[in-house]
Amino acid sequence: MPLVYLAVRAGGAGPERVLQILSGPRTLELAMRSIGLAAAVTAACVVIGTGAAWLVVRTDIPRPRVFAVLLALPLAVPSYVAGFTWIAEAPGLAGFWGAFGVLTAVNFPYVLLPVAAALRSADAATEEVARSLGYGPLRVLATVTWAHVRPAATAGGLLVALYVLSDFGAVSLMRFETFTLGIYTSYRGTFDRTPAAVLGCVLVALAALVTWGEARARGRSAHRTSSGAPRPPSPVRLGRWKPVAVAALLGVVAISAGVPVLSLVRWTATGTDLDLGALAAATLTTFEVAALGAALTTVLAVPVGVLAARYRTRTVALLEAGTYVGHALPGITVGLALVFLGVRLVPGMYQQLPLLLVGYAVLFLPLAVGSVRTAVAAAPPRLEEVSRSLGHGRVATLFRVTLPLAAPGIAAGAALAALTIAKELPATLMLRPTGADTLAVELWQHTSVSEYAAAAPYAAALVILAVVPTLLLQRITGRPA
Amino acid sequence: MTGPALSVRGLRAGFPDHPDVLAGIDLEVPRGGLVAVLGASGGGKTTLLRVVAGFHPAAAGTVELGGRPVAGPGLHVPPERRRIGLVPQEGALFPHLTVADNVGFGLSRRERRGSRVAEMLELVGLAGFEERRPGELSGGQQQRVAVARALAAAPELVLLDEPFSALDAGLRSEVRDQVREALRAAGASAVLVTHDQQEALGCADLVAVLRDGRMVQTGTPQQIYREPADLGVARFVGEAVVLPGSLRNGCARTPIGMVPVASANGSGADESGSVLLRPEQLRASADPHAAGSATVREIVFHGADTTVVVELGDGLRVRCRQPDVPDVRPGDPVAVTVHGQARWFPETR
Repeated sequence: MPLVYLAVRAGGAGPERVLQILSGPRTLELAMRSIGLAAAVTAACVVIGTGAAWLVVRTDIPRPRVFAVLLALPLAVPSYVAGFTWIAEAPGLAGFWGAFGVLTAVNFPYVLLPVAAALRSADAATEEVARSLGYGPLRVLATVTWAHVRPAATAGGLLVALYVLSDFGAVSLMRFETFTLGIYTSYRGTFDRTPAAVLGCVLVALAALVTWGEARARGRSAHRTSSGAPRPPSPVRLGRWKPVAVAALLGVVAISAGVPVLSLVRWTATGTDLDLGALAAATLTTFEVAALGAALTTVLAVPVGVLAARYRTRTVALLEAGTYVGHALPGITVGLALVFLGVRLVPGMYQQLPLLLVGYAVLFLPLAVGSVRTAVAAAPPRLEEVSRSLGHGRVATLFRVTLPLAAPGIAAGAALAALTIAKELPATLMLRPTGADTLAVELWQHTSVSEYAAAAPYAAALVILAVVPTLLLQRITGRPA
Repeated sequence: MTGPALSVRGLRAGFPDHPDVLAGIDLEVPRGGLVAVLGASGGGKTTLLRVVAGFHPAAAGTVELGGRPVAGPGLHVPPERRRIGLVPQEGALFPHLTVADNVGFGLSRRERRGSRVAEMLELVGLAGFEERRPGELSGGQQQRVAVARALAAAPELVLLDEPFSALDAGLRSEVRDQVREALRAAGASAVLVTHDQQEALGCADLVAVLRDGRMVQTGTPQQIYREPADLGVARFVGEAVVLPGSLRNGCARTPIGMVPVASANGSGADESGSVLLRPEQLRASADPHAAGSATVREIVFHGADTTVVVELGDGLRVRCRQPDVPDVRPGDPVAVTVHGQARWFPETR
């Protein structure tokens, strides 16, 4: 809905104006930058993620479990927090290489985790057969093993590309102007908002393309044909390469997780003008919008999730697909679309809490629908049939059987949504009610005027808010948040 | 309420890609009776059960529960208004509720506070288990709670969907007896769907054999076993010895000699066909004169009885199941004698 309006708003200016913006040198430059950054980060993430996954899962590297946890940690660091720490430590990094480094450091686990899972599920037998047929170890790695993990690596890589395209925090702090930042500046800077709308549409189109590619990559993954439990392969002996491998992994961990943590500690310690009152207020605001947003998102997600899990009709599939389109929506475009929609339809809503909450719902509905659907699908339909046969109608059965059974999963989904909302930056920046600044907004505002010491406490609070529940959630649900 | 507990007439049902999973079924369950629907997997048993329960639409035909039509042309009563007690495979207890809440699930708030739940648990031999969680019960206990839950609301009909197949063999017969007793004590009418002929023959008043979407035979367990409608049913409900033969004047000439045949219409001319015997009708005994015509191939001792596998002159093998252990060894010549009458199935052209 907001998207349609965005398109209408963009088209409303007349085709010549749209064409003029589209073909303008600025658009081309932004596109080149966005696509170039996405391609570079994706390539780096695939190399680092796959390599690290192989080292952790398949070799005799010491303490693989510790490495597995450490390498997943960057997932919990919002890109703008990582960006803040990098720019605070080394202001000279601003620009392409800074943005590239930050985004690679926080995104490579999206490749690492699925590839590691694929490597763990690979059956040693196929690799052993290849060896016995005369293939050397490297050739086996390049043919059999890579064929097995390629779908996982591709899907993970496209996910990275999607996140890079829609990232706002890191690129804005690194002052590298991509689509997202371009949209924001042209929205803030001028009264003519047509360029922002047009750019928003282009960004959505790019993201949709990547999402489509990811879905295709995922659908083509090959499955093991033999039955029975796969036998884990014996680990590869690294021999004299072991110190090199350990050093490489430690380097990755140090850059991706170590730098933010150390930098935060340092800046928080040096920060003398700590305004506890403002910090508390921002934390409170963050909790408030996260809780309300998650509640609204979950309430909206329950009917869609239940329908999707239980009734596979075309309408439901369409409805579900509709919510999943949101997965590809950059926060900045959702924010923009809602601003237009709000100003036009309900002027009183602009920069009011309800509009912000709607924005969160649009952005994170897919997340919540996914958890509701999984939780409901895990509740056996047989139990619902028993309930029906015992005289309870559909609705009574939903409330007495299905929802109680799915409650833990739905609650976990709501917690995940709250967590993600707490970390959200661009939509919050555009839609927040005046004066109600979340931790992320405060951090961004201080950093963009180079007040690193003042920004640090907010970043630290965000990391604590983000990392601790993320680890807990990961433990409960067994999947990365 | 009048009429049988369940009456199914001309029922057709299926799926878009398999329209005739049920291709015209008739089934009647007398009040208080236990009818077993016996069929191989994929034969439409589960679909039949789901149509009766109201989870699957009937394409044609009618379903009546206690004389009340619940499915038919233009009629589909939703499952919650059919008064059916469903006992699915593995019980399917609500994991988030206690045993008492499970049993009381179909009762009104007032009934739940009364003594009905305790009575039902007593009926299935689980008095005192009220506050347990389903996860704390054994498979057999879960199944009995599921039966108590189905019986609590005094349903018109109880549907049991392979309720014992998930239990291990030792427990199965015990739980089966307990469940049958509970059904009898409650005076409930029930349909038991199963692919296990032992279960069907040993527990039901009537057995209906379902094959390829049709009821091929309905009768008492004895009728089904002794007078099967065709060789397929005969083989499905127990071990069968089928011999080629020709019939004349109520007697069939077979590789083991002349065999008396039950209820065959005596025609003057020879009629060729097959003779059906059960292994327990055959006895092998040492007979030096039978050399060349019947030889022992294998002897399997079961404890209570013994199976002797005998190879006939033309390579045909028959199994004799006899209470005694004959004094023979593999390779010895034997004579095979027949007890009782055989069933005759004329050759189909």
